[in-house]
Amino acid sequence: MKSLGSIRRSFAPWADPASKPFISFRNVTKKFGDFVAVDDLSLNIYTREFFALLGASGCGKSTLLRMLAGFEQPTSGEIILDGQNLAGIPPYRRPVNMMFQSYALFPHMTVETNVAFGLKQDGMPKPEIAARVEQMLKLVKLEKFAKRKPHQLSGGQRQRVALARSLAKRPKVLLLDEPLGALDKKLREETQFELMDLQQELGLTFVVVTHDQEEAMTMADRIAVMAHGKVVQVATPAEIYEAPNSRFVADFIGDVNIFDGTVSANADGRVQIETASGFPIRVVAPDGPAAGAKAGFAVRPEKIKVSRDAPPSANAVRGEIWDIGYLGDMTVFHVRLPDGKVVKASSLNAVRAVEDPIGYDQEVWISFAEDAGVVLKD
Amino acid sequence: MSTWSRFNIASIIFGFAFLYLPIVLLVIFSFNESKLVTVWAGFSTRWYVQLLHNQALLEAAWVTIRVALISATIATVLGTLAALAMTRYTRFRGRMLFSGMIYAPLVMPEVITGLSMLLLFVAIGFDRGFWTLTLAHITFTMCFVAVVVQSRLLSFDRSIEEAAMDLGATPVATFLQVTLPVIAPAVFSGWVLALTLSLDDLVISSFTSGPGATTLPMKIYSQVRLGVTPEINAICTILIGIVAIGVLIASVVSRRREAQRVADERAAFAQ
Repeated sequence: MKSLGSIRRSFAPWADPASKPFISFRNVTKKFGDFVAVDDLSLNIYTREFFALLGASGCGKSTLLRMLAGFEQPTSGEIILDGQNLAGIPPYRRPVNMMFQSYALFPHMTVETNVAFGLKQDGMPKPEIAARVEQMLKLVKLEKFAKRKPHQLSGGQRQRVALARSLAKRPKVLLLDEPLGALDKKLREETQFELMDLQQELGLTFVVVTHDQEEAMTMADRIAVMAHGKVVQVATPAEIYEAPNSRFVADFIGDVNIFDGTVSANADGRVQIETASGFPIRVVAPDGPAAGAKAGFAVRPEKIKVSRDAPPSANAVRGEIWDIGYLGDMTVFHVRLPDGKVVKASSLNAVRAVEDPIGYDQEVWISFAEDAGVVLKD
Repeated sequence: MSTWSRFNIASIIFGFAFLYLPIVLLVIFSFNESKLVTVWAGFSTRWYVQLLHNQALLEAAWVTIRVALISATIATVLGTLAALAMTRYTRFRGRMLFSGMIYAPLVMPEVITGLSMLLLFVAIGFDRGFWTLTLAHITFTMCFVAVVVQSRLLSFDRSIEEAAMDLGATPVATFLQVTLPVIAPAVFSGWVLALTLSLDDLVISSFTSGPGATTLPMKIYSQVRLGVTPEINAICTILIGIVAIGVLIASVVSRRREAQRVADERAAFAQ
């Protein structure tokens, strides 16, 4: 697993003990009455990082963002931004800007005056404001729409205005609350890459809140998976996907098969797990659980091979094709094992027509390599 | 409506007659030559001319307009602030009581409001006149403004205020540059409502005004007790005309604005 994390770029300040975090949440707790939205959370975000807070609704990710923006005050703990403790600093004096989920454009102002709003509050001279606004509108390709009002724009255009407005003051950090949530799928995918390019170009720190794992995986340098007000795992998208640290993360991100069982041996960095499905799993696990412990083995569908003939490797078991889902780019097989467990396996459709494809009710073998997944301690 | 049944036609005729016959009669008789209200003696505008020379009536009209403008403006400020407080600070103790107390004057019999005001002014030794009248009008119109503005604020997207603050606007700047312009139409309708209520109020005015501060409704009422003159018909016709023109302008403007908005939205999504 040496190459994980270096897949995207050679940018990894979090791995360097000498680098100082730009934003630090230190034991931050936020309660609304009896409800604990954020629970004793600590997190570091580095300069120029594209950081994603990922989680289901109600996990506290938006509250975290709103505390950074200054709309909520932590019940306890502190937030440090660029060496400055943010406690007691109102939103209008913080060097961060936010792009709202609803875009929150001022309906009575034109695109131009929306973008100029923040600069005007700072008392910037008029010619400079005009120049900056022009530059911002050029950046988001909306020069032609400067005189329009928000209701005269389409959803995608409004999103761009919101982005231009939040970038106009050149904040140290840009906060994005579900920035692409209101766009349709195609536009969303385009915009994801545009946001990444923009972040690179401007050299800013982005903190994005999203419930869409694909969005987080595509854009972020690192992802914090959150649940019940806590961070479950912080890592690069590849690490999160290939080496989830818990059952929750494995299950939350992407599709996964989990085999439960008991560890029967642990030697030479490998463990053997006796599963209920009637076959032993022998896999690589450097810090695996000791013999006798309960454990689970999580393996992604695309790491499982489906074949008619018995594979030569270990980690193979016979099953029956239960369901086939043809998705175009790939096919998902649901294979039923003798004990009734259904395993998902997907294979890429690299050729257009296969002679004698695997069909319903056929007896097949499923198999996977010894480093295909991760052992989860219970 | 494809079928004009006799029943439908009849109900429309009766309905409109019920609403407008008295007003039509009043307008017709304002152009009557005769001094007798019920006898038609030919067309004339002499009562309108005579009206211009009736100093007392013009005086009363001027008082009414001044009271209405001042009280509506102050009531709008107070009512808007009350509505803001009610929608923004939802978690304070006794909020239910407070909001109930704001709306109570809506259902309070005017006689009671008027009488209690009178007692207050007498108790504190405030000489009754123009200012007591204005104060009383502020009091009873304020809650109407609060209701109108509050209903707008309930559908107000608070995130635009947060966006303004996020961009560096202080709370005051946010209110003046973002909140107020957005709720302005509701504030304006509150002001118009307060103005109309103040213009035609009779009961509370009778209790709270003093010498030299007679409003038009009071003047008309006192004259009618001596007998209806065509002059009264004339001034009422003028009032009806002003109100009708006002309503007409308001509906045309709002219809235009709506059509513009629909056209804009269509244009935005057509691209």
